[in-house]
Amino acid sequence: MKHLPLPVFSLFVIALPLILSNNYYLMALNIAALNVVIVIGLNLLMGYAGQISLGHAAFFGLGAYLSAILTTTCGFPVWPTIPAAMAITAVVAYLIGIPTLKLEGHYLVMATLGFNVIVYIVMIQLSAVTGGPSGFAGIPRLQIGGFAFDSDLKIYYLFWAVAILVLILSLNLIHSRAGRAMAALSHNEIAARCTGIDTETYKVKIFVISAALASLAGSLYAHYISFISPGSFSIFFSLQAVTMVLVGGMGSVWGSLFGAILLSLLPEVLHSVKEYNVLVYGFILMAVLMFFPRGLFPAGRSFCIAMIRKKT
Amino acid sequence: MISPADPHMDTAVLEAKNITVRFEGLEALSRLSFAISPRRIVSIIGPNGAGKTTLLNAITGVYPIHAGEILFQGKSISGLKPFQIAALGITRSFQQAQLFMNMTVLENVMVGMHSRTTSGFFKGMLRLPSERKEERIISAQSRDILDEFGLISKAADMAGHISILDQRRLEIARAMAARPKILLLDEPAAGLTIREMEAMADLILGLREKGQTIILVEHNMRLVMAISDHLIVLHHGVKIGEGRPEDIQKNRQVIEAYLGKKV
Repeated sequence: MKHLPLPVFSLFVIALPLILSNNYYLMALNIAALNVVIVIGLNLLMGYAGQISLGHAAFFGLGAYLSAILTTTCGFPVWPTIPAAMAITAVVAYLIGIPTLKLEGHYLVMATLGFNVIVYIVMIQLSAVTGGPSGFAGIPRLQIGGFAFDSDLKIYYLFWAVAILVLILSLNLIHSRAGRAMAALSHNEIAARCTGIDTETYKVKIFVISAALASLAGSLYAHYISFISPGSFSIFFSLQAVTMVLVGGMGSVWGSLFGAILLSLLPEVLHSVKEYNVLVYGFILMAVLMFFPRGLFPAGRSFCIAMIRKKT
Repeated sequence: MISPADPHMDTAVLEAKNITVRFEGLEALSRLSFAISPRRIVSIIGPNGAGKTTLLNAITGVYPIHAGEILFQGKSISGLKPFQIAALGITRSFQQAQLFMNMTVLENVMVGMHSRTTSGFFKGMLRLPSERKEERIISAQSRDILDEFGLISKAADMAGHISILDQRRLEIARAMAARPKILLLDEPAAGLTIREMEAMADLILGLREKGQTIILVEHNMRLVMAISDHLIVLHHGVKIGEGRPEDIQKNRQVIEAYLGKKV
């Protein structure tokens, strides 16, 4: 029972393209898979380290631009560049995390917010390297040997394999010693410290892992779309990622998956209401946060459990 | 467990030398010295604001010490962080049980074993065989501890859903899971009924029987007098008396400062 959701979800992901005729939906689902990677990483930070990052768009952007520059400008091969970009992003996150996470309170929010603004400005101003406001084009596509990920369908299976892998690793993590330590420090930091948990180091590690996951999504994004511009990496995307965590449910890995998919696809569904779509989108968010403050996924699960108990 | 050759057998396991803790100029503890012998229940008593909980916080590194030093097994632990002190072998309970309410009873005890185990992020994510093995071992050991504390039937319950007495028990179980050299208990009987208090007294005495060194902060004098081997009396952050319970009851200064109101 405990291990059932994962294979069921995986089968659903594998089967879904068979019933989807439209390539446009595939593209939306591909972006959703990348959002899942970012949001699960961000939720480890928010739900387990009790810290908020408003700079995940910047880490996402670092991954994308590092991939773009290293492969296109410097001529490095694509696959080794992705972990290299993750490593560089991790170092940057470490340098931000060390001074801010040692302080009590929410200094990380301010630091990451500022960082995102700086990264955004650099992307625009350093046009010789980044292409400036008009963006960076001609980023090589992903391929393995002779096999090119040249269609949305191939990318779909690659991205969702990555997303499900991140999901599995995160589920493993939260049920391990490190995961329990994270849950402990998010719930009661003093008690966690007096139980022998090095809370400062844990927070920094989670932040670094979280940033590296955003970088991974950024690299994949760059090699998929093959064109990137600063607009995708502004503070607004950081806010969107935080919203996805909140809607899905803080501290719930499955909730992050759910929240990321829902909010990635919602704008596509809302195209039918045309000019009102932003209004409806905002209204749905407000309703969710007002009526399900713990997030949709935990609320839905409690509801299902209650229904099952009623029947038996 | 402790061989006769153990150098700490009868010497102090914990020693405070002239420790002073200040809060914005006020001395919560001033030039306090004492020594704790192993395998005893040593109670810290005194009126409200005497500095009892401050002392526990100073020992566990939650509050910094401004002067003096604390020696644990002969080595200074002043300036160490709480997690380092816990890992060395000093764990505690809190005045109001500080459990991890977002976890089960079993998981709370498993967290208590944190400093005795090693698996990190990488092993946890990949479920490496060594990590699986460690999980199995600490899960089994945690069940044994829950059994010992009479909580095994509640292993899968959320920590917030068990009774106050059980929460207190669980907090002590979590602290004991680290196999501490010294267990600090901060008012373990506060808010308990008389019957529950007796159960708590039995539990604490049971731990001492097994050789556990315990430092107890407790308001309830009946409990303190019944189970303590040694008392340290604080008043306004200063030690005003020390000795066996029966001696303390006769100490005039102590009676005036503290017991006087009741006797």
